Amino acid sequence: MEMGIFDSKTQTKRKINSNTFLLMITILLFLAMYISGMIIFAEGGFAKPQMFLNLFISNAGLLVIAVGQTIVMITGGIDISVGSVTALVCMAVANQMENHGASAYMAVAIALGIGLLYGIVQGFLISYLEIQPFIVSLAGLFFGRGLTSMISTDMISIKNETFLAWAKYRIYLPIGSYSKRGKFLPAYIYPTVIIALVIVFIIAIIMKYTKFGREVYAIGGNAQSAMMMGLNVRKTKFKAYILNGFLAGCGGFLFCLNSCSGFVEQAKGLEMDAISASVIGGTLLSGGVGTPFGTIFGVLIKGTISSLITTQGSLSSWWVRIVLSALLCFFIVLQAVISGVKKKK
Amino acid sequence: MNKDTLKNITSKRLFLPIVCLIAVLLVNVIKTPDFFKISLENGVLSGYIIIVINRASELVILAVGMTLVTAASGGQDISVGAVMAVAAAVCCQILSGGATSVTSLAAPLILAIIAGILASALCGAFNGFLVAKLNIQPMVATLILFTAGRGIAQLITKGQITYIRVDSYKTFGGYIGKCPIPTPIFIAIIVIVITQIILKKTALGLYIESVGINGTASRLVGLNSTLIKFLTYVICGIMAGIAGVVASSRIYSADANNIGLNLEMDAILAVALGGNVLGGGKFNLMGSVIGAYTIQALTTTLYAMNVKADQLPVYKAIVVIIIVVLQSPVFKKFLANQKAKKLSNTASAEGGK
Repeated sequence: MEMGIFDSKTQTKRKINSNTFLLMITILLFLAMYISGMIIFAEGGFAKPQMFLNLFISNAGLLVIAVGQTIVMITGGIDISVGSVTALVCMAVANQMENHGASAYMAVAIALGIGLLYGIVQGFLISYLEIQPFIVSLAGLFFGRGLTSMISTDMISIKNETFLAWAKYRIYLPIGSYSKRGKFLPAYIYPTVIIALVIVFIIAIIMKYTKFGREVYAIGGNAQSAMMMGLNVRKTKFKAYILNGFLAGCGGFLFCLNSCSGFVEQAKGLEMDAISASVIGGTLLSGGVGTPFGTIFGVLIKGTISSLITTQGSLSSWWVRIVLSALLCFFIVLQAVISGVKKKK
Repeated sequence: MNKDTLKNITSKRLFLPIVCLIAVLLVNVIKTPDFFKISLENGVLSGYIIIVINRASELVILAVGMTLVTAASGGQDISVGAVMAVAAAVCCQILSGGATSVTSLAAPLILAIIAGILASALCGAFNGFLVAKLNIQPMVATLILFTAGRGIAQLITKGQITYIRVDSYKTFGGYIGKCPIPTPIFIAIIVIVITQIILKKTALGLYIESVGINGTASRLVGLNSTLIKFLTYVICGIMAGIAGVVASSRIYSADANNIGLNLEMDAILAVALGGNVLGGGKFNLMGSVIGAYTIQALTTTLYAMNVKADQLPVYKAIVVIIIVVLQSPVFKKFLANQKAKKLSNTASAEGGK
């Protein structure tokens, strides 16, 4: 009996170690990529602080979406509809403001409403009817994209003044770089970055310190034993998908603030970016493990890959997807190998 | 007695797909009375029904592979559309020898087609390795090629659309000599027959089902579960390759962005519509084939009703959700409970009398 307790103790210790190990690899990989970028493309402006902030500026929406994805993946599920939801949100928001005279505040409500609705419907099908998350969200992916093209097949650019004021408002930071003439150029960020980081911070607290957060980890680790402990597995899953839907709507709006337009092909493959960001950030595909903090690094790595490839210039943009897929594959295999080793021990 | 026969019919596995097919066809007949009319124009058969059967060929071929993958691993291969693009790209690139538009072949036709199908089999093997050997959920594993596949195809064709303006290449998507029936129909039938023979004459079909129902138990009775799962993914890849070659032959080019676009959804839909449980286990190949023809009939119908190509997925997504909800054990249990309640209610009412 004593032996058993001893065993389980060492096992939890080892589990934590291997999970932090994955996160460590991610952080090291990010640093290695960024620093090598700074050395190779020093003239391309890679060493300037603005370049680092641009990673956040262009990926603010993705950050929020990826954190939602992380929550769902911790429950052991997945949501591949987020890219379509983003496209739908952008298109609906652009269409309402440009063609139906909605205010920018209405647009926020529309975006969050679409996200919530998606979360509720998908969450209900997945948690209460026990349909595979992949099938449900695959249908969601095609549904969203199709609905977007029903609203309009042309690109709608947003000209609403309040909206553009939000999108273009620069917050200058005390750090910066000097131009060739020695003039100080302060680095800046957009409000989207602050919103995204605040959301991630709130989610991190929810996941770590609230009952809901702990329940999500518990059902992801082992749904059977969570149920035996008296947790309402279905309800928790349902809530997780609703939260994910809400975050997808929110992230979609931030994405829209960055692009200021809506078109059918928008955010294609964003679900892949969100999933890879989560996995690279240390979320286990089998569920139960993962943190919003790790996901930030996943998003940063994705951002670094795309800015490295754009700065390089001659490679086609297809390489971003291919490199990211290869990296995702590497981390998936790494997870499988680690869990295989764990099982054998 | 009558009720029993009715129940017998509805519980048949092919019941759902055939009813759906008949429903779609009925709608068509009402809307366009000459739907079943087949005529000879310029020496080839034409008519709505021929168009549907012809256009469905790629989907049928994909559905065959998807059925096996679903049965063995309890998940779907969502990379088939992208793998089609890869196979088409490899095939056309070898035929053109690197040029963007050619009027004569740079390499033997058969060599290029085999190379294309080998490339897709390699993609299938990659998926199979991740799923069978590393135990990764099928859809996550195939998601990698789902996104990267088209990029790889773009790299193979160097971001251009490669045109092969040679008549012998066009036969696979067109007509053989003076034969009035389109070639893709023959290819689809050959694929179905060969697969069916292999499944029925060898124990492979039985093995796939048993691995899908319980992988661990199958391993304990001596089946190599890993190998069987792996094989189904390779077969699925080969099927996607054949479909890719047919699709590219139709437009005599390799368009990496559009070949097989959204077809993964249709293939999954065909499997579900064919009465196969998406969670794996027993499967019915003919059900999937009928399912595939139903989907194509539905697509053609929606086109005829002026629905744009971009909007089709909306309707298909709704159909998928309805089917999986009807299939889900929770929903079935709910129905059974409802029935039991009704029975007990009437029983107690009678008792009260």
